[in-house]
Amino acid sequence: MKVLVPIKRVIDANIKVRVKTDQSGVELNNVKMAMNPFCEIAVEEAIRLREGGQAEEVIAVAVGPSQSQETLRTALAMGADRAILVEADPSPEPLAVAKLLKAVTDREGPGLVILGKQAIDGDNNQTGQMLAALLNWSVGTFVSRLKVDGASVQVTREVDGGLENIELVPPCVITVDLRLNEPRYASLPNIMKAKKKPLDVLSPTDLGVDVSPRLEVIRVVEPPARAAGVKVSSAEELVDKLKNEAKVI
Amino acid sequence: MAILVIGEHDNKTLRPSTLNVVTAAAQLGTDVDILIAGAGCDAAAHEAAAISGVNRVRVADDPAFADGLAENIAPLIHGIASEYTHVLAPATTYGKSILPRASALLDVQQISDISGIEGSDTFVRPIYAGNAMATVKSNDALKLITVRTTAFDAAEQSGSATVETVSGGGDAGLSKFLGEELTRSERPELTTADIIVSGGRGMQSSENFAMLEKLADKMGAAVGASRAAVDAGYVPNDYQVGQTGKVVAPNVYIAVGISGAIQHLAGMKDSKVIVAINKDEEAPIFQVSDYGWVADLFEAVPQLEAAIEPS
Ligand SMILES: Cc1cc2nc3c(=O)[nH]c(=O)nc-3n(C[C@H](O)[C@H](O)[C@H](O)COP(=O)(O)OP(=O)(O)OC[C@H]3O[C@@H](n4cnc5c(N)ncnc54)[C@H](O)[C@@H]3O)c2cc1C
Ligand SMILES: Nc1ncnc2c1ncn2[C@@H]1O[C@H](COP(=O)(O)O)[C@@H](O)[C@H]1O
Repeated sequence: MKVLVPIKRVIDANIKVRVKTDQSGVELNNVKMAMNPFCEIAVEEAIRLREGGQAEEVIAVAVGPSQSQETLRTALAMGADRAILVEADPSPEPLAVAKLLKAVTDREGPGLVILGKQAIDGDNNQTGQMLAALLNWSVGTFVSRLKVDGASVQVTREVDGGLENIELVPPCVITVDLRLNEPRYASLPNIMKAKKKPLDVLSPTDLGVDVSPRLEVIRVVEPPARAAGVKVSSAEELVDKLKNEAKVI
Repeated sequence: MAILVIGEHDNKTLRPSTLNVVTAAAQLGTDVDILIAGAGCDAAAHEAAAISGVNRVRVADDPAFADGLAENIAPLIHGIASEYTHVLAPATTYGKSILPRASALLDVQQISDISGIEGSDTFVRPIYAGNAMATVKSNDALKLITVRTTAFDAAEQSGSATVETVSGGGDAGLSKFLGEELTRSERPELTTADIIVSGGRGMQSSENFAMLEKLADKMGAAVGASRAAVDAGYVPNDYQVGQTGKVVAPNVYIAVGISGAIQHLAGMKDSKVIVAINKDEEAPIFQVSDYGWVADLFEAVPQLEAAIEPS
């Protein structure tokens, strides 16, 4: 079985983003970029499936500007076998990404597509669900445990009330949550090896997908700021403030 | 403009998230329907019919809809969406798993997690963990939207909508619900609680969380946690507040032993009053706190509990 892992290049999770003064978006120039953290977990899970003998090949695929090749190299250094870049700048909306990923899935024929549950730039949480719909495949969203056993796939999902167990008919789409695994770091020798692994570049036209946006960004602004308040130094003082100043208890 | 709200429920009771989504829907138009897809879900449907401002409750009762499986419910939404200009669902794990699937079937680019409505096609939503607010205009004829529940008040419950049945969807044969492990608690629910006491890595163990629970019970509060506390196994996953956990906005949020990472702030910075207890006076949580107490939590929490009169 092949496993396809879509990954996105985003601003590093530890960086505080800045809104551009012209309100057109957030500043991406000279900002540290990295693989979306949920995608790292997806890559890790796919590699573990291959290491465990349940998968033969792990293919990482990114949709985005040409710099996304760096992110794909990171996935290759972690252990993915080959990579595909669908070059599109800027990165398209989730529905268009899902259409491109469907086209790649149709070409490659994986048994499993593992995505992150959410990209931490747009916080959309849509792409995997949309891809599953376009493929008419089963989907396990927000997965914290994945068991692939021949023709049966069982997942544990993190939901608002706790955990849910679902059985999926393969082939299926999985979107991963934080607690599925702890992604490995790429070792230096593996980073070197990754440079020689195959990386194909395609265009949306090659895949026959129209990626024109459906949403228009009118403006992007800073959220309302919260001012720091006062320090208290005892429980009595805190209770007094909550009761008599803020009047919330 | 007719608006469809996807009602969230467990067949027996309606989830409060539905009330917030109805308020958002009412800002878009007066013709609001609710879809209740479930199995043996009469009770939930009647609760939905009592929400003020709802015109009609459409009930799809089928064993295939019992457990909220997206593969089975999305085609049902697909089938009736053409009767509406907008389809709205809560931005909860239920809405997030179902609505994008329906959106793709309808060839619509969904708008996720809106916190404001500027017009019938223009919406405000947080991006980058709430570090930026984007205003987006949709050029799709039909709008599919998930709603941040904390950004809209709960609708009143003094209505009397008609209840009708609707069909469509059904067992797609793709997935099967095996079971669930729900966290049972007598405490208020995180997303609707007036007061939340939340613990982080500073709590050090699951046993120590008992201290927070005692404080919470005295205040009538819910208990939440940071990702670090959940990852360390101190509390179950459904306690997590943040960018990738739950979004809350109580009257009072008390953060204990939580540093205040942006991903955590994303889930709680719209709280009315924020209190932080942390031994590190440089902790970023103090930058957003109305009341900060630099103290060792193991001393501060019992003292606070003693100083509070039972609610
Ligand atoms: C993709 C992604 C998604 C994420 N999503 C979330 C999310 O949804 N929610 C979330 O919370 N995090 C999330 N995180 C993690 C986040 O970045 C932080 O790592 C996490 O919030 C830290 O938790 P913490 O504050 O409990 O722990 P720490 O940062 O370790 O802070 C512990 C604090 O406790 C204080 N402390 C220790 N002992 C005591 C004591 N005895 N008395 C008083 N104070 C004490 C310390 O001074 C410190 O400030 C996410 C991260 C990523 C990359
Ligand atoms: N441009 C992209 N290229 C590759 N994968 C993507 C892209 N956008 C989203 N994804 C995948 O979809 C997941 C969810 O993203 P989103 O729906 O944007 O929150 C991500 O974690 C990725 O696995």
